[in-house]
Formats: sequence, structure tokens, C-alpha cells
Amino acid sequence: MTVTADNARQSSQVLRPEAIHVEGLRKSFGTLEVLKGVSLTAREGDVVAIIGGSGSGKSTMLRCINFLEQPSAGRIVIGGEAVAMRADGAPADRRQIERLRQSLGMVFQQFNLWSHRTILENLIEVPVHVLGVKRADAEARARRLLERVGLAAKADAYPAFLSGGQQQRAAIARALCMEPRAMLFDEPTSALDPELVGEVLAVIRDLAAEGRTMILVTHEMKFAREVASHVIYLHNGVIEEEGPPEALFGAPQSERLKQFLRSVG
Amino acid sequence: MFALVGAAEAASTLDLLRLAPPGWGAGLLWGLWNSVMISLGAFGLGLVLGTGGAFGKLYGGPVLRDLLAVYTTVVRAVPELVLILILYYAVTDAVNQILLSFGYARIQISGLAAGIAVLGVVQGAYATEVLRGAIQAVPAGQIEAARAMGMSPGLLARRVTLPLMLSNALPGLGNLWLIATKDTALLAVVGFAELTQATRQAAGATKAYFTFFMAAGLLYLILSIGSGWLFAMAERRARRGQPEVRG
Repeated sequence: MTVTADNARQSSQVLRPEAIHVEGLRKSFGTLEVLKGVSLTAREGDVVAIIGGSGSGKSTMLRCINFLEQPSAGRIVIGGEAVAMRADGAPADRRQIERLRQSLGMVFQQFNLWSHRTILENLIEVPVHVLGVKRADAEARARRLLERVGLAAKADAYPAFLSGGQQQRAAIARALCMEPRAMLFDEPTSALDPELVGEVLAVIRDLAAEGRTMILVTHEMKFAREVASHVIYLHNGVIEEEGPPEALFGAPQSERLKQFLRSVG
Repeated sequence: MFALVGAAEAASTLDLLRLAPPGWGAGLLWGLWNSVMISLGAFGLGLVLGTGGAFGKLYGGPVLRDLLAVYTTVVRAVPELVLILILYYAVTDAVNQILLSFGYARIQISGLAAGIAVLGVVQGAYATEVLRGAIQAVPAGQIEAARAMGMSPGLLARRVTLPLMLSNALPGLGNLWLIATKDTALLAVVGFAELTQATRQAAGATKAYFTFFMAAGLLYLILSIGSGWLFAMAERRARRGQPEVRG
């Protein structure tokens, strides 16, 4: 009996459903091809870290997943639903994109909180006005999340009066408030003063620990090694090497990755 | 002796401003009321045209953008007075020609409606440029965040872009409002009974030019001080969340 249950759990873990699947993704800006056919799979609970030098295409790859950048070619599947794309990569159905975006919580390098709304209003904006959650319910959820990221006291403050670290924690709470299927982090600590990086990483680490699906573009190698279940090293628009963090950081195979790790380490 | 006569005369000219006849005060206030109504209508119409124009110029297709460029260029190039004459006489005439050719009767366009339409079209051209600049000054990241969370374009404009651009736009819009209040005086040329026209009538009938034009000037001043106060309030509200910048 116990054995069967264990087996069931194991097999269900192996077959955890795919949250995000990207295949043969290409992206050109004019004549410059920044992504030359990259693929990625994040199953539910996976933390995929994308690393690479500046200009490697890692942010573009992340931004293509929710169509903030329009891919030139490729296939994107979110929660089992393939994004309808025209031949040139343009999304065929604006409403589908909007709906899928609502299931992906995006966190930006520059926080991008809405400056004319308080922190609490930032959190409940999309739940109330896009997702149709009742205001009281959204507020209760928002206050719980602010509590969790240590910003309960700042609920009624405007973003401009918070430190960078506080703003980024609020931005993470804003994304969580949509109850997304997966979180996308685009260099979440790159705009922060060094002493504020830790508080933001602590929040992300906490999310990884509770089994959230995340794709994380980062320069923080130690952090990537610690939280990621899978690491992708991107160089000049192609995946140069990928695998579990121990392998990638412990025993890098390609010369480029070795060089990259030396230069950032 | 002279002083007495002077005082008596001053008292009698100020009497001319009394509300009840033979004072002309009620006529002046009626003119002011008309001016404010036209200004409000024209400013409102201008805001609608300007918002559409700004979004069209920024996000529209090439044809729409060209049409809007023609609109803002022509309207801003031609003096308001000429535009008023063209739109009031020529357009009324054209409308009536069309109506006649379809067998309908001539219509008389009310001065109020014509005034609002003419000045609104002028205001819309300037507002297009004011709002376009204000929208462009909205931090791109905040718009991107809204898109990334699945907001539709309409909701994004209403909840994010428009409120954010308002703080940039209000100083320019305040100027446009003051220009609207004073442009109403141009409607005197088509015989509309706004404040300047009412003042001219009163002054012409009584020969007390100084008294009436000073009174009209004072009314315009009160209007502009009052609206300046309202715009300052609106700007404070629109700037909420932005730290104060002191030089």
C-alpha cells in the first residue's frame, strides 16, 4: 500500500505537468539575430536560471515568453496551451496573449511599480480590474503578501518613498497577488545597491522553497547555484550548455562557460 | 466743486454696473456665463479630440497619423479669428447647401453650438500636441508592467497611461483652458453675446467705455484666478506619489 503510494508520488513527480515550454525560439532585431533557436522546459515547481554575458540574449528569451518581445519564430506553450502565432511570429490572438500573461507574474529589473498608486493599490490593481477578484478579497490577499515580504507597514506608501529593495519586494508581491502559474524574473537585483540585494534574494529563495515555478535571469551565480533546479548558459543567442546547477557550476564542459564563470566569479 | 462733480459722475458710472436696469451688470454677467459655457464646452471637446489625436499620432496607422498631422498643422497655422469666420459662415453655408440639395429645410445653427464646435476644434489641435508629449513622458516600464500582467489596451490607457500622463499634461492644459476663456471673445465677430460683446454693447450705449471694459477685464481676471486655483488643485492630486522637486 505504502509502496504504491510512494510509487505514485514518484511517477507523478516525474510527470509533473509542463508550466512553460519553449521550442526553437528565434528573435531578430532588424538584421541582428539575438536568439538563434533556443528551447526550454519548466515543469511545475522547477526553478530555471538563465545565465550568460551581456548581449547573450537571456533577457530577450525571458521577454519572449510573455510576448513583451515578439519572437521571429518558434513555439511557446504555457500550461499546455500553445500560443497562436502567425508565420512571422506575431501573436495571432491578442486576447489569448492577455489571458496567458495573467498567469505569468513578471518582475522587472527596474521594479516598474505604478507611481501614482500606493503599494496596496499596486498589488490589487490587476486582481480587481483584470481578474475580477472582489476588492475586499484582493486587499486581504495583498496584505498577507505584504506581510510575507516584510512590507506590511508600507501598504499605504507611494513607491517613490521606498528604497530599491523595498520596491522590488513590493513588485514581487504584486506579481504574486495575481496568483500566477509561474514567475518570470528579469535580473531582479541588477538595479539594486549591493546592500539591498540580500533582502530581495531572500524573498525569491523563499518562493523557490515553497515550490513555485520560476524562470530567473540573473547575474547572481551563487544564488542561481543555490535555488535553481536547472541552469541554462546562453552565449550569442544559443544555449551553450545546460544542466543541473552542480554540473554546470561544478564541472563546466565548454570552454566559454569556464571562461564566463571565471570572469564573474 | 470739480471734485464734487467728479464724485457724482463716478457714482453714476458705477451705477451703470448695477444688476437691475438701468444698470448693465446683469447683461455683463450673462455674457460671462455664456463665455464660461463656451469655454467649458470647447475645452471639453478639445480634450476629447486631443486624447484621440494623441493616441492616434502615437499608436495609429500611417493614414491616421497623416490625417492628424494635417489637422494639427492647419488648425495651428491659421489665426483663430479666420478659422471662426470660415467655420461659422462657410461650414454653416455648406451644411445648408447639402441639406437643401437633399430637399431638407435650412437650419439655423445656434451661436453656442457653433462657438463650442469652432473653438473645440482649435483646442483639440493644441491639446493633441500637449497630450502626445505628456504620454511620451510616461515611464515606459510602467506601461510595460501593465502589459506584462495582461491588461487590455483600453484598460491600460484608462488605469495607467492617462492618470500617469496627467501630471505632465496639466500645466499645458491649464494654458489651453485660459486661452479658451479668452478666445471666446473672438466670437463677438459673429455676434454671439459673450462677455466682450456684452461689454461693447453696454459701453456703446452709455459711452462709459472705461467703466465697462475695466469691469470686463476684472471679470476675466477673476475667472482666470479661480481656474488657476482649480488647476493647481488638480495638479496636486495628479502628482500624488511623486516626491516634490525643489530647485
